[in-house]
Amino acid sequence: MKSQSDWIWAGVTAVMMVTALYLTFVWVPMERTMGVVQRIFYFHAPPFFVAAIAIVVSLVAGIRFLVTRDFRFDELAVASAELGLVFESMNLATGPFWARPVWGIWWTWDARLTSAFVLWLMFVGYLILRRAVDEPTQRAVLSAVLTVFQAVGAVIVYLANRLWRTQHPQPVIAGGQGSGLHPDMWLTFVFCTAAFMVLYLCLLRHTRRLERMRREIEGLRRTVHSL
Amino acid sequence: MIAAQGVWKFFGDFAALREVSLEIAAGSTLALLGRNGAGKTTLLRMLAALSSPSRGTITADGASLREPAQRRRIGLIGHGISIYDDLTAAENLEFFASLYGITAPGERIDRWLETTDLLRVRNGLARQFSRGMRQRLAIARAFFHDPDILLLDEPFTALDDRAAALLSGLIRQAHDQGRTLIISTHQLREALQLATDVAVLDRGRLAFSGPNTEELKAAPEDFYRKYTETA
Amino acid sequence: MELLRQAWAIARKDLRIERRSKEVVNAAFSFALVVLLLFSFTFDPTGDQVREMSGGLLWLVYSFAGVLVLTRSFAQETQNDCLDALVAAPVPGSAIFLGKALANTVFLLFLELATLPVFTIFYNVRWEAKMAWLLPVLVLGTWGFTVIGTVFSALTVSVRLRELMLPLLVFPITVPALMASVQLTTTLFTGEPIAGDLVWLQFLAGFDLIFTLLGVTLVETILVG
Repeated sequence: MKSQSDWIWAGVTAVMMVTALYLTFVWVPMERTMGVVQRIFYFHAPPFFVAAIAIVVSLVAGIRFLVTRDFRFDELAVASAELGLVFESMNLATGPFWARPVWGIWWTWDARLTSAFVLWLMFVGYLILRRAVDEPTQRAVLSAVLTVFQAVGAVIVYLANRLWRTQHPQPVIAGGQGSGLHPDMWLTFVFCTAAFMVLYLCLLRHTRRLERMRREIEGLRRTVHSL
Repeated sequence: MIAAQGVWKFFGDFAALREVSLEIAAGSTLALLGRNGAGKTTLLRMLAALSSPSRGTITADGASLREPAQRRRIGLIGHGISIYDDLTAAENLEFFASLYGITAPGERIDRWLETTDLLRVRNGLARQFSRGMRQRLAIARAFFHDPDILLLDEPFTALDDRAAALLSGLIRQAHDQGRTLIISTHQLREALQLATDVAVLDRGRLAFSGPNTEELKAAPEDFYRKYTETA
Repeated sequence: MELLRQAWAIARKDLRIERRSKEVVNAAFSFALVVLLLFSFTFDPTGDQVREMSGGLLWLVYSFAGVLVLTRSFAQETQNDCLDALVAAPVPGSAIFLGKALANTVFLLFLELATLPVFTIFYNVRWEAKMAWLLPVLVLGTWGFTVIGTVFSALTVSVRLRELMLPLLVFPITVPALMASVQLTTTLFTGEPIAGDLVWLQFLAGFDLIFTLLGVTLVETILVG
């Protein structure tokens, strides 16, 4: 099944990820107040962007499935959601390593963190629902409808958290990393984001294919049982 | 006339119905035959607008079955009895009357309870009814709104004698009144005595469809075997 | 108008069944009491900070008990395959959805009003003077929770492990409605002026509107496929 383009994708991704590591750990200058721990930022924020894109891809694919009933869109939707969960997990897991030395706490319930956690729970809910429905068409329809609710919900959760936070000043200062970044830091950050995007696209090819095989096997099994 | 044109139903990659095209003329009684898993229930559920075809169309007199005006014409007896245990016999019919937009249903409710011999337990909870009584109430529910298309999925399975007698009486009556009936069943002989047309499904394909004949009535088993055991 | 008449027919059927069996509301109310009991172990129930937490406590009780009601909403239609007769009837899916959401809202409001006095006694919270404000908060908060819960009640009806699936899917999406309701209720309980929180009331109304429209649009797809 491995085609030439698979190898090209894998090669480009590997080169970009290694370069990202080099930029992050060797090339980019040390941040003055936070020190070495700040470097995790380059591997912390990009996965979140990818996860956000993943839910949008899942949403668009889900809606297109509902309109066309073409299972290729369902494959794309689930493949993207699976990767969304992986990247969002990476985002959530790296955050505390930074928060602990800088904020003095592992976690705080501010707008971004809460929204990120809710997003993670939505990916989990989506994948668990899929496992609980046996009939493939029903599974595709229900999970597409779920994505619509989740995507709208995710936006509203973020807005609500913003509103909540303006009324409850937090003990810690969230965000603000974008302000006054050294140009080298900026470059490293943009490159890492691009590298994670390419990683997502590379993996998406494989998860989609995997999902298609899974469905074909399921179909064959049903056909065999009906004989 | 009900027309199915090139209907496919997929469950994922598995095709439960393959390119079924069937025309059922108004006033005919179609016996839908086939083994378990051949797609009889799948087809009937689509005719009842409970699910939609993956490909192809099903129309009644040219209109989509999902339209309320079409659904009002359809009466359905499925696998379940579709009555509410915590409502009385009359309340059950009253509820379905309101869904079908029947105003002032009182007299009609009493008439149907009379027909199904449930008038004396009009205000009794369905929960407290015997099995046979519940089945008769389910029959009343399906016929209550005067449907001119009746979809009956294995209607005689698990019916007690009295409910079965009531149902076959109603089926005959509906047939004589020129209503369209589609009955899926295992009971070949009974079905063929009644039917004007026959359709056989085999593994999702329409293996046979055509008018019922005296030869078929005489030897239904031979006919059935011929169309369901072809590899 | 026809849609509302059909929705009302379905809501009335659900209310009638519940008035007769009292199964759902009784169980949910008892469960609410259990949750109130459990909360007393998590902090000092006589302390001053209770008032600050009261809105959150109350809405958690409502959410946990509410989920029980919502799971049952479509699940009870599968007894005797009633759902088939409902979907086959000449009413649009949106009427079924709105009718069920209406009935569920009535159940939950009933539950909430019954729990409120007990909550008052157990946790020494005063709200009577604010009833005129509390009522719209309860109604809007409950409707938001209920529309999403009703959609997911339909979505999970034929799914394995539906009792687990429903809260897992519903709560993350209802977080904003919960936040708004908690914020408003706490303000009312602590006796602060509500004026500064009116934005939350608007937010709640907007939330309700968006998800009601989404539900009305998508429920037919959920029910018929």
